[in-house]
Amino acid sequence: MTLKDIIKPENLVYQKTKLMTDKPLSYCPGCGHGTTHRLIMEVIEELGKENVTVGVAPVGCSVLAYEFMNVDMQEAAHGRAPALATAIKRLWPDNVVFTYQGDGDLAAIGTAETIHACNRGEQIVIIFINNGIYGMTGGQMAPTTLEGMKTSTSPYGRDLSLMGHPLKITELVAQLPGTYYVTRQAVHTPSAVRKAKRAIKKAFQNQIDKAPGLSFVEVVSNCNSGWKMTPVDANNWMEENMFPFYPIGDIKVDGQLVK
Amino acid sequence: MGELKLMKGNEALAEAIIRAGTDGYFGYPITPQSEVLEYLMANKPWEKTGMVVLQAESEVASINMLYGGGGTGKKVVTSSSSPGISLMQEGLSYIAGAEIPILIINVVRGGPGLGDIQPSQSDYFQATKGGGHGDYRLIVLAPSSVQEMADFVPVAYDLAFKYRNPVMILSDGAIGQMMEKVEFFEPIPRLTDEEVKARYPWATNGKPKNGERRILTSLDLDPQRLEDHNHHLQEKYREITEKEVRFEKLECDDADYVLVAYGTSARVSLKAMKLLREKGHKVGLLRPITLWPFPTKEIQNMVDRGVKGFLSVEMSAGQMVEDIRLAVNGKVKVEYYGRLGGMIHSPEEVVDALEHKIIGG
Ligand SMILES: Cc1ncc(C[n+]2csc(CCOP(=O)(O)OP(=O)(O)O)c2C)c(N)n1
Ligand code: SF4
Repeated sequence: MTLKDIIKPENLVYQKTKLMTDKPLSYCPGCGHGTTHRLIMEVIEELGKENVTVGVAPVGCSVLAYEFMNVDMQEAAHGRAPALATAIKRLWPDNVVFTYQGDGDLAAIGTAETIHACNRGEQIVIIFINNGIYGMTGGQMAPTTLEGMKTSTSPYGRDLSLMGHPLKITELVAQLPGTYYVTRQAVHTPSAVRKAKRAIKKAFQNQIDKAPGLSFVEVVSNCNSGWKMTPVDANNWMEENMFPFYPIGDIKVDGQLVK
Repeated sequence: MGELKLMKGNEALAEAIIRAGTDGYFGYPITPQSEVLEYLMANKPWEKTGMVVLQAESEVASINMLYGGGGTGKKVVTSSSSPGISLMQEGLSYIAGAEIPILIINVVRGGPGLGDIQPSQSDYFQATKGGGHGDYRLIVLAPSSVQEMADFVPVAYDLAFKYRNPVMILSDGAIGQMMEKVEFFEPIPRLTDEEVKARYPWATNGKPKNGERRILTSLDLDPQRLEDHNHHLQEKYREITEKEVRFEKLECDDADYVLVAYGTSARVSLKAMKLLREKGHKVGLLRPITLWPFPTKEIQNMVDRGVKGFLSVEMSAGQMVEDIRLAVNGKVKVEYYGRLGGMIHSPEEVVDALEHKIIGG
């Protein structure tokens, strides 16, 4: 069989979504940003919403998300994406609106915008990439950096008495009556990717169904460059150290806390 | 003539916001302009026109709501006062960079810092010179009556969409709080979603079928392209400077001396001008309506015609006087007179200042 015989339309089981542009991703190899981008775009395509979707891109490594996601997009200031998304959705209630944000973006500079958009119950989807570090600016401490974790601004490890505690912002927003679906996922293995995709799809489906509240999907991810590890070591480290503190699974479903 | 109403400046502003076909107001309370949000909430425009009104958690959030909403091609507005406007500077810089049409209203109070809640004009620099980071300009309109508070709202929207640029109405606590008669323009209907899409193909409201996606951003990591973008912005600002200067001239044709003042200062200066004329001085009043673009050419024409001196009358420490001096370029005398911290000068003080600083000085 030649390659041409194999790649017949009827034999095709998987292909790149047309909602990802052909531009090469600017992420480090092994980083979770690229996979998560693809999942969001696959979901939008499968839901048939590419012509009504407006995404809001963050500041951080994914600052150029709009270069890769083939839908209408606005680039926000650091942390302000939920405010932009609030207005976009309120003014175009039939649009599908999402933000894509890192932990520095969402849980540090943008804490107020995040909490209040969640608490108002804006009918948007927030995708939150938690890699426990500021990737773009060279690996500084984030609110989500674990105790003892070394970063360029916690070179001896995060000392709780000096630097305060890692912030479980996802558990925090789950407590707010305005959130409808809150979940924590990962994208480091094929099975995790499948689960994360189901969660992302559920989040967008909620919005399409006009569910009363905001859907919030945390993706625990690695930053192999910032953590100074190989991609494989980073994923192992993430499983051993991040997952115990940031356990994977649903936190709130259909407006009810599940754990 | 339409129906005359007696209204506070802030209420007239709010009523004009509804009538101008606004799609969304996003704001946060601060004295002396909280009546805007209060009036909107009390009048429930969402029931009449479908307009969205939202009290945001902060001015940082409100201006970013304008960034998002304006980016979709809808007419959006916020109002605030000095400390709140300072918080909005980050968003304004992004909005100017991404070329998004929005309307922002500053009902200025005394500063710096928390200052007081009395009228002031001490935000002139911030309004006319950019305010946030980067090379950018806002178009700035300065009303001096309750009537103009209302009238300038649709004008500001037209300018914002014509140039895809943020526009500011720079008022002050006196005009916001005073009551005067006002006659309203006929309501302008909100555009339908289809009209928005047809008129503003750049707006991000869902990528067109068979069309390209739209991106609104102020980011360009390539310095050459960012320089090009800055040149494009500067070209736009030059065009605005040529075409959109607005001002009012009173008794300037035979004037030897000209008072230059806007907003509340212009009202006081009008009375001062009359007193000076009664005393036999040939004095006129130039009232810039656009503070940026500034009526530079008009001032140059006055110098060429023989005006011997200008007095900038401001409720600030000599901010606008710099723009007058730039226009005059050292050819005749330019002085400043003003009160600070929320104090308003009396007409007699202005008379005195002109006599001593310009005529006798
Ligand atoms: C107002 C402002 N402050 C600081 C920065 C610098 N900055 C850029 S990205 C970033 C951190 C981003 O970290 P995160 O959101 O976790 O995303 P990551 O890069 O890890 O994907 C910071 C502090 C900025 N762009 N704007
Ligand atoms: S620096 Fe970290 S977060 Fe950024 S692309 Fe590289 S691995 Fe990903």
